[in-house]
Amino acid sequence: MEKKLIYLDNNATTRVDDNVYEAMLPYFKDEYANPSSMYQFATRASHALNDAREQVRAFFNAKSEKEILFTSCGSESANTAIRGVLNMNKNKKHIITTKVEHPCVLNLYQTLEKQGYKVDYIGVNSVGELDLEQLSEAINDDTALVSVMYANNETGVINPIEKISEIIKRKNPNTKFFVDAVQVAGKIPIDVQALGVDLLGISGHKFHAPKGVGALYVNSKTIITPLIIGGHQERGKRAGTENVPYIVGLGKACDIAQHFLKYEATEVKRLRDKLENGILKNIYNARLNTGLANRVPNTTNIGFEYIEGELILLHLSDLGICASSGSACTSGSLEPSHVLRAMNVPFTAIHGSIRFSLSKYTTDSDIDYVNSVLPGIIDKIRNLSPYQDELAELKRRKAC
Amino acid sequence: MWDYSEKVMDHYRNPRNVGKIDDADAIGVAGSLTCGDQLKIYLKIKDGIVTDAKFQTFGCGSAVASSSILTEMIIGKSIDDVRKITNKDIADQLGGLPPEKMHCSVMGYEALEDALKGYVDKDELDEAMDELHGKTEKQDKIVCTCFGVTENQIWEALKINGLKTVEEVTNYTKAGGACGKCKGLIQDIIDTYYHKEKKIEEEKSTLSPAQKILKINSIIENQISPELQKDGGDITLTDIDGDKVYVRLRGRCSGCKNSNLTLKSFVETTLRETVDKNIEVVEVN
Repeated sequence: MEKKLIYLDNNATTRVDDNVYEAMLPYFKDEYANPSSMYQFATRASHALNDAREQVRAFFNAKSEKEILFTSCGSESANTAIRGVLNMNKNKKHIITTKVEHPCVLNLYQTLEKQGYKVDYIGVNSVGELDLEQLSEAINDDTALVSVMYANNETGVINPIEKISEIIKRKNPNTKFFVDAVQVAGKIPIDVQALGVDLLGISGHKFHAPKGVGALYVNSKTIITPLIIGGHQERGKRAGTENVPYIVGLGKACDIAQHFLKYEATEVKRLRDKLENGILKNIYNARLNTGLANRVPNTTNIGFEYIEGELILLHLSDLGICASSGSACTSGSLEPSHVLRAMNVPFTAIHGSIRFSLSKYTTDSDIDYVNSVLPGIIDKIRNLSPYQDELAELKRRKAC
Repeated sequence: MWDYSEKVMDHYRNPRNVGKIDDADAIGVAGSLTCGDQLKIYLKIKDGIVTDAKFQTFGCGSAVASSSILTEMIIGKSIDDVRKITNKDIADQLGGLPPEKMHCSVMGYEALEDALKGYVDKDELDEAMDELHGKTEKQDKIVCTCFGVTENQIWEALKINGLKTVEEVTNYTKAGGACGKCKGLIQDIIDTYYHKEKKIEEEKSTLSPAQKILKINSIIENQISPELQKDGGDITLTDIDGDKVYVRLRGRCSGCKNSNLTLKSFVETTLRETVDKNIEVVEVN
């Protein structure tokens, strides 16, 4: 019997929506024209590009479609925003970000530090909430950029972007604000005007568009230099012939996601909570790493104490279940997740932390199956642990 | 996804000899909860033979597989044979491990070494070994503070696996895998190690047979014999034939059931390090 695939790693990547795929197809074979060309054959490609830009604009609630740039991925969106802003403000050498940003942003800041920038990394509390006071105090006259992720990819914890925006405007109105929104697109509404952000980046494959396409919002008051220099595409902000089929796919995905936001907030959340409650109820050494923090509806991050995450994933994988772990062993690095470390997740739980991330394709039967097999897997791995006394103590306390 | 061998997958899916031996004769521990993996190994030893072994592991798939196969490798083996097992043997038995996971095999080796050290410590006749260990531990210094990896551990990993780069040392021992501040120090250890090896090679090739005999004799008299005398024993050189060095153990050393250990771990290692790495020490009665 072919085992069923239960995909609960949607913060890593998602399945392409059938309607997105269908929308893309004509632009591979029939409508392959370069949208910049001066003949009629190119108009449909050119219109498709405009339509997609309008779809992304609507998705962000941006004022004008001129504020939307297409990129190849979330990392390119972030790199374009950050380097673009800094290049336009060469005399300012101070940046503020968080300790829990995605590596595509963190590693860029570490590179910038070597080039003479001073970067402040704002910490989080034990449930992953950003220290706004520390952030406020860090802003000064020299601050060129504040960069905060909308929601964290590992924990799903949402940062109060609107509030941060107000703080920045109050402390230094010239400071630009970039938001990495890769993990919220398609999960909660994005309204760049209400949020008051200057730049905001997304990546298509996190919400049912294919890999290889992203977008960046740059408001009309913010000037950036291009990352890729060449032709005049994207109003000179991103050279290279537009990837028409993928951009069409991204536009379509934005359109569909807009209509699924309510489903995410209700159904996906219900399934996530069902999984989470099942685990916390049936497995005595499980702890919810995010406590009561405000999260995106699809993510849960649970630490299984005194056992190791990779082994849990391997056993899940044997049953066709896909999840991911903050453990050192799975990353190829030797240290556990920088996010969970910044939260001071106890070392008894950090190595056994598992992230389950759902999508609109997750079903009740998927969750029921995971809830039925996971206790057995955890029990099997617990039996291998050298920490039998500590586990017995946990079990006793849970029973009380 | 790691590229694990069938054997690794079999062992983490169906680990052998899991658990604890309540009246174990030797227990060894390596790693820690904070570092992300820990192995505890329990041995039952009778008449110099490992009659039973069990393990408890907190760690990833390859850590469990390394522990599991290690118990299979040592049950029924003599202590002398078990002592010869290295991390490389564990990895080989598993059909190889991904380079980033070699430290799991090293953890198996270290837990085994720790168990056997404890076992020997209990034996009052083996004070010589005891002292040797005491000394090396005292001299040993922590290189990687993040993972608590010592200079001796790195040295050992270089020796057994022929590692050449800092990255390889990180894969095998974890040293340098977190903050990376000790990477320069690791490079120094690698340089020193290979410099030393080269020097020994050079010296070896320049020694004439007569010089070699004189050197072996002088090292036995001035370095090895005084150490053994401290424990009421002694050693004399009886003959040298090519790379074979024939010696006679006297006093408390002769008849000591760990004499073979003294001979191999101490006498032979010292001569190999100072004169020629091909030297084999043979005891004559």
